[in-house]
Amino acid sequence: MKRVSRTLVHMPEVATHCPYCALQCGMTLRETDGKVEVGARDFPTNRGGLCQKGWTSAELLDHPDRLTSPLIDGRAASWDEAYSLIIEKIVDIQRTHGKDAVAVFGGGGLTNEKAYALGKFARVALGTKHIDYNGRFCMSSAAAAGIRSFGLDRGLPFPMADLAEADTLLLVGGNVAETMPPFARYLTEQRERGGTQIVIDPRATLTARAATLHLQPTPGTDLALALGLLHIVIAEGLVDQSYVDDRTTGWESVRASVAAYWPARVERITGVSSADLELTARALARGKSIILTARGAEQHSKGVDTVTAFINLALALGLPGRRGSGYGCLTGQGNGQGGREHGQKADQLPGYRSIEDPAARAHVAKVWGVEPETLPGKGISAYELLDSLGDTVKALLVFGSNPVISAPNAVHIEKKLKELELLVVCDFVPSETASLAHVVLPVAQWAEEDGTMTNLEGRILRRRALREPPPGIGTDLAVMAELGARLSQGKSGVRFDSAPHAVFEELRRATAGGVADYAGVTWERVDAEDGVFWPCPAADRAGTPRLFESSFATPDGRARMIAVEHRPVAEEVDAEFPLYLTTGRVLSQYQSGAQTRRILNGSIFVEMHPDLGFDDGTLVRVISRRGSMEAPVRLSEHIRRDTVFAPFHFPGMGRANSLTGDALDPISRMPEFKVCAVRVEPA
Amino acid sequence: MRVVIVGNGMAGARLATELSDQDVLVLGAEEHPAYNRILLSSVLAGKHRPGDIALVGSPKARTGVTVTAIDRVEKTVTTSDGSIETYDHLVLATGSRAIVPRGMEGALTFRTLDDCHNILAQAQNASTAIVLGGGLLGLEAARGLAGRGITVEVVHAVGHLMERQLDPGASRVLERTLGELGIKVHLNAMATSISDERNLHLDDGRVLTADLIVVACGVRPETELAVKAGLKVDRGIVVDERLRTSDRFISAIGDCAQLGNEVGGLVAPAWEQARVVAQQLTSDPLAVYQPQPPITRLKASGIDLAAMGTLQGDDEVLFADPARGTYARVLISGDRVTGAVMLGDNPAVGQVIQIFDRKLPLPLDRRTLLLGRGGGSASAVDSPALMPDAATVCQCNGVSKGALVKCFRDGDDVVTRTRATTGCGSCKDAVEGIIRWLEVAA
Repeated sequence: MKRVSRTLVHMPEVATHCPYCALQCGMTLRETDGKVEVGARDFPTNRGGLCQKGWTSAELLDHPDRLTSPLIDGRAASWDEAYSLIIEKIVDIQRTHGKDAVAVFGGGGLTNEKAYALGKFARVALGTKHIDYNGRFCMSSAAAAGIRSFGLDRGLPFPMADLAEADTLLLVGGNVAETMPPFARYLTEQRERGGTQIVIDPRATLTARAATLHLQPTPGTDLALALGLLHIVIAEGLVDQSYVDDRTTGWESVRASVAAYWPARVERITGVSSADLELTARALARGKSIILTARGAEQHSKGVDTVTAFINLALALGLPGRRGSGYGCLTGQGNGQGGREHGQKADQLPGYRSIEDPAARAHVAKVWGVEPETLPGKGISAYELLDSLGDTVKALLVFGSNPVISAPNAVHIEKKLKELELLVVCDFVPSETASLAHVVLPVAQWAEEDGTMTNLEGRILRRRALREPPPGIGTDLAVMAELGARLSQGKSGVRFDSAPHAVFEELRRATAGGVADYAGVTWERVDAEDGVFWPCPAADRAGTPRLFESSFATPDGRARMIAVEHRPVAEEVDAEFPLYLTTGRVLSQYQSGAQTRRILNGSIFVEMHPDLGFDDGTLVRVISRRGSMEAPVRLSEHIRRDTVFAPFHFPGMGRANSLTGDALDPISRMPEFKVCAVRVEPA
Repeated sequence: MRVVIVGNGMAGARLATELSDQDVLVLGAEEHPAYNRILLSSVLAGKHRPGDIALVGSPKARTGVTVTAIDRVEKTVTTSDGSIETYDHLVLATGSRAIVPRGMEGALTFRTLDDCHNILAQAQNASTAIVLGGGLLGLEAARGLAGRGITVEVVHAVGHLMERQLDPGASRVLERTLGELGIKVHLNAMATSISDERNLHLDDGRVLTADLIVVACGVRPETELAVKAGLKVDRGIVVDERLRTSDRFISAIGDCAQLGNEVGGLVAPAWEQARVVAQQLTSDPLAVYQPQPPITRLKASGIDLAAMGTLQGDDEVLFADPARGTYARVLISGDRVTGAVMLGDNPAVGQVIQIFDRKLPLPLDRRTLLLGRGGGSASAVDSPALMPDAATVCQCNGVSKGALVKCFRDGDDVVTRTRATTGCGSCKDAVEGIIRWLEVAA
């Protein structure tokens, strides 16, 4: 197989970024005596900080669990054997069941180059409409809301340094102290400057406990809370009317809709006192303010409307587009931003273009060397795709994802994965999903590949290879290139590059003129400028650190305020299932845990209030209508008495997603990870 | 199916919204489009502008139209503008009207947006006002007027304020709070008549004088139309648990309806009734309304009062700090909250409301009900000497005090070896404190 050209030079030390979350902390990697050491690097996102995940990230490079050879039904096989089998099966399945019987599932940790290549591979090589990715479970609600209101979705529309300038910072459903610790440096700076910090979370997390004010609502009621805050802003005359008049549309209907959310009503829905609601509204109106949402607000069957309500609040206060102010969401996965821009989403083409827009199809088809009408249309979303396995979809190719752990209603999804005629997984460790695969392809890790990532600010960064992948291990791009070449025989003008730089150059052309325009970004510029913020349409033009300063990305340049209504959670508690379960993350683990569980200590637990009557450390079974899990109790005064919490990083009987439900947001198709009804019994 | 809703108030407008994709006609007697009656006191206080309290109602509502008759055989209603509208189902949401005690006819009522405009017009040149009635509405009116710089006296016929919701202890604290806001309260004061529009005569012979007299002595259900139509009416229009009147093609919701012995008066039940009727008319004909115990909330600048349930219980927890205007009394039976009165700065008020509303079990530590305990505060930096070795100092890198001590004693650089402080950086002070303590100890 082919090697990646740029990694041929063996570097003793490289400046790169952490493989994990969207903060993309700057780090250096150095190889001494065959062992790779991590150093912290002073980069604008982490200012020299790293958390335990980052410090230990290199331990996976030479980990004994690492996959070293392709596997067919669990036995070692040659690359050619594996490729031949995959091609044979795909051709056979597509001949019998049609092109759309083969699907692709991507990930928000894949580099921009891979995310881009994966979308092209699905649409051009496989000719399937079915491609979606685990970012659907992560950023889709915030993305849909951002596009709906601003015409554009870039997690933070301002550089992180702005956070420290805000007089008031409202963080809704995010626990950055555990999920991206170096981010908290900006929070510390903001507090030290005398700023007010308000955290909304059903748990008094480390982040919430460090805040000036913590609001602890009932799970699933953030939307009512946001509407109540805007109600108070209006009641107290705090609306920035000239901003609303000049820069937005839809104010009248939003104003009328929030008239129904007076404080006493919102208090009853959320459990947050009227007094705290008023304090929050007034603090937000005092000067520069930033409102941030994260998964706690977004991973609901009403996630889009919840984010919209917070955006409406930000717009009424005149925040977006002003320095040190605004609305943003905190992206989760390493390339959760870039991964949602370049076409691994069912309805999307590179550059954040719509696959249903004829002009976008024509532009991208030209770059890809195909006719626009050959491009498939819009596919279905991640959960719906996984739910259709074995029925309409017979083969699935998974890149950079572990849905056995990370998908909701996981007992059912695991069963659906087993119904496939062909499951191919590219990974570097035997993840729970890889262990179900017919074919496993071992691929390079972050320190063995080049490419770009786009972090939570929309800053395009360079990932640099320290060394080549070990012998016998391929790369995701090489897999796509080889499969693409074999499947595209006879199609002239279609190319699948395995070299990341060549892919990036093609990505630049494909995104040119799109919303997420990378046309002016080069690897050299990224190196020279500490990253480049998109949009950057031309090489001689600066990137765009701060968006919306003079207009929004809508046709009329105004932000759209959209009236939304609170609605109940998909599954309310009742006598049989009397407690809310909410899921989330712990400091030592990253996402499905496939990487971090092999390095860092950390085991499953269920956090609950002492009043529920269980002793600390006893094993309990948590049961929902869809499945159960077992875990030891961790007692905490920091959680509501009607709610239990479990981290979702763990497999087997410790898998929290065995419990979660399949209710989806009507717009983003985000599953309701953050709340379902459970009961707890002694195990 | 054509649904005609009589009344464009809180209940009627809400039902119209719930039925927005159906054939619905709303007929409202008031001239204004649907507005949020809850916010009238906020308009009076000058917080909300009248235009800010519009509700999302039916875009096709006909306002300024009174229904004069119902023909239950033909299933039509006749309106004051002479038109006749047919219905398949009729919903009465006629609301209530202000009670004006005998002799008080000269006072201004406080019930509708027009009432609010009247009061505001007179308040322009007023420096003093009397509010007759020390219930929720009266106190909201008093607070609103006081907020405009008017000196207000509240005249209340019974021995303590909001007697249906409060105990005498809470009333005394509330009186004190009102006093600080420029509102004087007269209890056990029975008004007999008004003279010269400004003089309020009490039965003990006293005469109070003010530029403005507002009456807020409660409301009674508006049942005139139902009586004329021959529907069963007691204090309100009698409905069953499906909110049907004695005619199964006619429902009644909101303030005008009477279920069992209860008549309405609050918005939460009215909206729940609207939801149930909408459900019956669209998806589930057998949907039933289940009354929830009401929660009374008076929240205005300087006043924060919540009252719920009965003030009878087997047990209670109590906190009072009258000098700071705080009073909290939570009534308990078994492991449930049966009622509560909370006035002033009560950090747990949101929790208590939810525990009562959702019938959740009591916290084992009952002080939580008063103080809102539950681990909200950040832990202070303990003295290093007292900190156990296992205590985590740096969360981000999982560094314990013991690890820092060992590293220091080994003579290594603490940050390089343990990576403490390299994550979020918030443990910097604690780590430096421990190192200083070790240096001194060494």
